Amino acid sequence: MKSILVGLLAMMLVSGNALADKIRIGTEGAYPPFNMIGKDGKPAGFDVDIAKALCEKMGTDCAFVTQDWDGIIPGLLAGKYDAIVASMSITEERMRAVDFTNKYYSNSLRFIVKKGTDIDTGNLKGMSVGAQRATIAANHAESIEGAKAKLYDTQENAYLDLSSGRIDVLVTDMLPGYDWLKSEQGQDYQFIGKTIDIDDKIGIAVRKGDGKLRDRLNKAITEIIKDGTYATINSKYFPFSVY
Amino acid sequence: MFDLQGFGDQLLLGVWMTLRVAAGGLVMGLLLGLVGAGLKLSKSRIAYGIGATYTTVIRGIPELLVVLIIYFGSAGLLTKMAGWFGHDGYVELSPLLAGIIALGIAFGAYATEVFRGAIQAIPEGQTEAAAACGMSQWQTFFRIVLPQAWRVAIPGLGNLFQVLLKDTALISVVGLDELMRKSQIAISNTKEPFTFYFVAALIYLSITVIVMIGQRYAENWASRGVARRTE
Amino acid sequence: MSWNWEVIFSSLPKLLEGTLLTLELVVISLLVGAVLSIPLALMRTSANPLIRGIPLGYTFFFRGTPLLVQLFLFYYGLAQFDAVRESIFWPYLREAYWCALIVFTLNTTAYTTEILRGAIQAVPNGEIEAAQSIGMSRALMFRRITLPLAYRIALPAYSNEIILMLKGSALASTITLLDLTGMARTIIARTYMPIEIFFAAGCIYLLLTFIFVQLYRLFERRMLRHQAARTSDASATS
Repeated sequence: MKSILVGLLAMMLVSGNALADKIRIGTEGAYPPFNMIGKDGKPAGFDVDIAKALCEKMGTDCAFVTQDWDGIIPGLLAGKYDAIVASMSITEERMRAVDFTNKYYSNSLRFIVKKGTDIDTGNLKGMSVGAQRATIAANHAESIEGAKAKLYDTQENAYLDLSSGRIDVLVTDMLPGYDWLKSEQGQDYQFIGKTIDIDDKIGIAVRKGDGKLRDRLNKAITEIIKDGTYATINSKYFPFSVY
Repeated sequence: MFDLQGFGDQLLLGVWMTLRVAAGGLVMGLLLGLVGAGLKLSKSRIAYGIGATYTTVIRGIPELLVVLIIYFGSAGLLTKMAGWFGHDGYVELSPLLAGIIALGIAFGAYATEVFRGAIQAIPEGQTEAAAACGMSQWQTFFRIVLPQAWRVAIPGLGNLFQVLLKDTALISVVGLDELMRKSQIAISNTKEPFTFYFVAALIYLSITVIVMIGQRYAENWASRGVARRTE
Repeated sequence: MSWNWEVIFSSLPKLLEGTLLTLELVVISLLVGAVLSIPLALMRTSANPLIRGIPLGYTFFFRGTPLLVQLFLFYYGLAQFDAVRESIFWPYLREAYWCALIVFTLNTTAYTTEILRGAIQAVPNGEIEAAQSIGMSRALMFRRITLPLAYRIALPAYSNEIILMLKGSALASTITLLDLTGMARTIIARTYMPIEIFFAAGCIYLLLTFIFVQLYRLFERRMLRHQAARTSDASATS
């Protein structure tokens, strides 16, 4: 009886040790074109392609775990996966909780509004400004004086509310915004104002003290840039370099 | 009727996952409910206290919070416990199991009260009679009390199961690929929130109807030994 | 897993701010639901199958689907249609606050209607017959006899509905509202300490439940004071 119980327990629990050389990658799956889930139910996108390329270079198997955004760092800390490849900006706030690799692309923030609306990005008093919760865009939205910040669980839901007119302005990372404006839903919308260059670098987050994994990832990032794998993936999504 | 734009298969997979979580939560919840009822009916004050704390706390906080706490809290706790047994490295629950546990805990708190009421509804004379025949406490419970308590408990448990079924949607918030999350994935591809949430609502309704029918069968089955009174 | 009390204390003001929104949503939807459910429950007990059927469809839908689905269907779903966005209701429907309030109200009205229907049907026939025999009109009889008796029968079940609504209101956090749960999740987004913050939020919910239950007990005792006078055992009313 006892051994059956132990066996059952072992079956139910996924142990980190049992999967010694398999790296579990946490991603969100709701942030096109960087990470999203398609009709086959599998994660895809720039982040996912990069992660796969990195794993190949490191010679390990990778498994993807999808996780909602505001639980993504707690999930890493709790050990649900070993690294986050989900377009995460390297910020000081986050560096108190996790360690980051070198950047694998760069980002800036932009405002999106409906075409034909007369909005001055210098004065957003009384406007509702949307952004995804727990992002640097959200921090920016919350810091705008006099504006009402509305924070969403996913970027997708923020787009839905921009389309419906519930929010006047969306603060977003430039690249996914660029992708959305090209889509059918984004046709009537445009970037306005200047690029908010916040010197934003996107890195891979690992647990503090997991220096070995970080070093391996850093080495792999350098390698895929050198051998052109990175450029191939880049051009699949953007006609310009995002590094 | 609705153009699901190729996401029908994904929704079906979601339904399957929803049913698995619901079934797992039901089994776990029934066990917890029985244990809880045992604690609350116990003569031991400590046992009663444990049972009462369990039901009060769980019935007083939102299910969404229970789900979030189990999901974020379980890995840290399990890893620590594994550490005591000399195992280092991370141990965690699969999202499915975390969901089953969260829903089971919530179901169990309410089921405790249903079972307690049902067990109390069995006349004491019966347990005394069983004892007089020389039955052990366990025998009395499983042969005399439980078969009759089911009859009283099933309507209440059926209602709880319907609640559980609806609560499975909450697991989508922590990323289990059940019906609700599959709908969201479909929406992020198609931008048709109404279509997919409405289809999801209809699917939940159908499952509820099936459960209601099953509940009626279960009630008939559990009361098969009781002659129907005709008025 | 070291426990951080400091983060709990420092986030308390924000959490209490969220608690106010939670209370506002719950109290308003419960009050409106209590009023709306009276005519609906009456329709549900009508002898005419058509009149009986209309509210049945409504209560069936709202009791048979998850609140989360209802909320998303209403908030994100309706906005899919241009007609909705061009209608006079849009100024309200565009606000997450109103959407949550409307959906919570519709949801609790559905449950309350069925509770009340059961209670009305449980009013003893003798009482109705007695009222009829002294020549009360139907309206008067309903106001003076059926409804007051039904309320008393419905009281215990309704207390469950109050608690369920309080707990269900946590879903407001999924449509951008900063209720208690929403506030907790936003704080976690900055501190990455989910367990501590959820623990604190859980305690506040428990406290709210406790206060609701105590207030309700006082109210119930008042409503049932005629029974309390007869039975020496006060617990029989709870």
